[in-house]
Amino acid sequence: MSHTTDTAKRPVSRKDMTRAQWTWKEMKRNKVAYAMVAPFFILFLAFTVLPVFLSMLLSLTDFNMLQWPHWKGLSNYTRLFLEDEIFLIACKNTLIFASVTGPVSYMLSLLVAWFINELPPKIRSVVTLVFYAPSISGGVYTIFGALFSGDTYGWANGIAINIGLISRPIQFFHDVNWVMPLCIVVALWTSLGTAFLAFIAGLQTIDRSYYEAGAVDGIKNRWQELWYITLPTMRPQLMFGAVLSITQSFGFGAVVTALAGNPSVEYAAYTIMHHLDDYGGQRFEVGYASAIATILFVIMISSNFIIKKLLSKVGQ
Amino acid sequence: MDGIKRTGKLRIRGHRVVLSRSTGGDAGITFFLMILGAFMIIPMVYVISQSLKPLDELFMFPPRFLVRRPSLANFKDLFTLLDDNLVPFSRYIFNTVFITFAGTLGNLLLASMAAYALSKLTFPGRNFIFKMIVTSLMFHSTVNMVTHFILFSAFRMIDTYFAYILPAVAATLGLYLMKQFMDSAVHESILESARLDGASEFKIYWVIAMPMVKPAWLTLIIESFRGLWNTGSSVYIHSEQLKTFTYAINQVVSGGIARSGAGAAAAVLVMIVPILVFVINQSQIIETMGSSGMKD
Repeated sequence: MSHTTDTAKRPVSRKDMTRAQWTWKEMKRNKVAYAMVAPFFILFLAFTVLPVFLSMLLSLTDFNMLQWPHWKGLSNYTRLFLEDEIFLIACKNTLIFASVTGPVSYMLSLLVAWFINELPPKIRSVVTLVFYAPSISGGVYTIFGALFSGDTYGWANGIAINIGLISRPIQFFHDVNWVMPLCIVVALWTSLGTAFLAFIAGLQTIDRSYYEAGAVDGIKNRWQELWYITLPTMRPQLMFGAVLSITQSFGFGAVVTALAGNPSVEYAAYTIMHHLDDYGGQRFEVGYASAIATILFVIMISSNFIIKKLLSKVGQ
Repeated sequence: MDGIKRTGKLRIRGHRVVLSRSTGGDAGITFFLMILGAFMIIPMVYVISQSLKPLDELFMFPPRFLVRRPSLANFKDLFTLLDDNLVPFSRYIFNTVFITFAGTLGNLLLASMAAYALSKLTFPGRNFIFKMIVTSLMFHSTVNMVTHFILFSAFRMIDTYFAYILPAVAATLGLYLMKQFMDSAVHESILESARLDGASEFKIYWVIAMPMVKPAWLTLIIESFRGLWNTGSSVYIHSEQLKTFTYAINQVVSGGIARSGAGAAAAVLVMIVPILVFVINQSQIIETMGSSGMKD
């Protein structure tokens, strides 16, 4: 406990006190710190922490917003996994969607950040904007609906018909074979966001002298530089970027809904998020929806922990 | 070549080591960036081009990518269509601007104050609180969609601005970035001397720490801004008077193919503001991200 917050009173000595007594004294001495954290923390508890626990609790009931909930044990979960075929489709699609968009978006962010790091500053800021802009422009991704629209006015169909590739327009976002890959491409288009900026920044803070020392020690090319110097030095940014990419990869439900509708054709791009929206937002089967939300929560948190474990091995 | 000495593999110009870069690698990287850059920029150019196309060019076969005779007709159409809504168009704009401003300001004030305490004061529970905040970055807020509805009902916030604003005020990404930036940018010695002069922690936070972390403000602002600015329809809001600009535009655009020009015009209008905010603040935002790293 090194910093003194109030110079008039010294930090409490731990001698002759139980741990609880000491903690209580420390808490009283730091009243002002709690006062500063409290306004944010109360809202954070109310709108982030409480909802998670509440939904875990409600997932064990049959709450429907009208009647008082009854305890149902794990029956919502058994229903999800044993009786709800659509949920299993949603699980499969979610895992495909996330395991493609997460890693690809992460690698693209890192590669692009690394490549543009050597450009002159002026050009670098323009290129940064080109790659970053789609992620902040809100609903602009709906333009893919026009590029790939199902009639001959759509650019992709128009070109393909004109050069004789196809004779009839493809219903891109209403075709079982096209909808998922296209939605993944659109999701990737919007995905070079905060993690990408964090990588650019991380690269800029690496001291050039490391590279010079590396060159003296016999590093021959940029790839060795990347593996032995760059990645280990920016490991904290890599962690931060990974967390954001994983979280983001599970949050593309809105992109799919906007382009392919909910439910998408034959549930081809239907994810857990859509299932949650269906039961929570439309049917108000809150107990059941809470079980879906809880499973989604567990999937997100556990993939974060697994990836963090893996990333701690980079450059070692 | 001007003064490049080779000693084995190592090349030196003046006193600087020249890092080895193969021409083939440079070419490959440039090519990769150009292909990917084209993929990123084509939809952006297309949306602008579509928004400027007159009707006959929108429905032309074969379709052309770029506009030939640009006109502002789509923008005029958009505003005519919006005028037919139940509430005047200015009300939707006001709602979006208001919730964006209030939510961002609230997030900036509360999160930066908490970030200061978490970064510079030591108190029981500090690490636990910060761990909770880091954990919250690991899941997407849509998992709370259903329980938010219950909580908003319980707090009587359904159909009020609070349902938009309060969750945004409690967003954690900005706090996280602000705290990490304070760790590295605000030095203990300055705070210590202010404490010796008898300044209160609130005063130190506001007068000393805050001006030192201006880049982090801007980052927090753009993070908060982009979320709120793009707020569309919300299950917590029923009254037309409280709906947002994006919602109104989506209503217009969902009118189908006949409105694709107006839709493109709307998309252009919505994207201009966040992009401008980013362009103006780019260098400071990147500076904050330099300290964004997670230890473990």
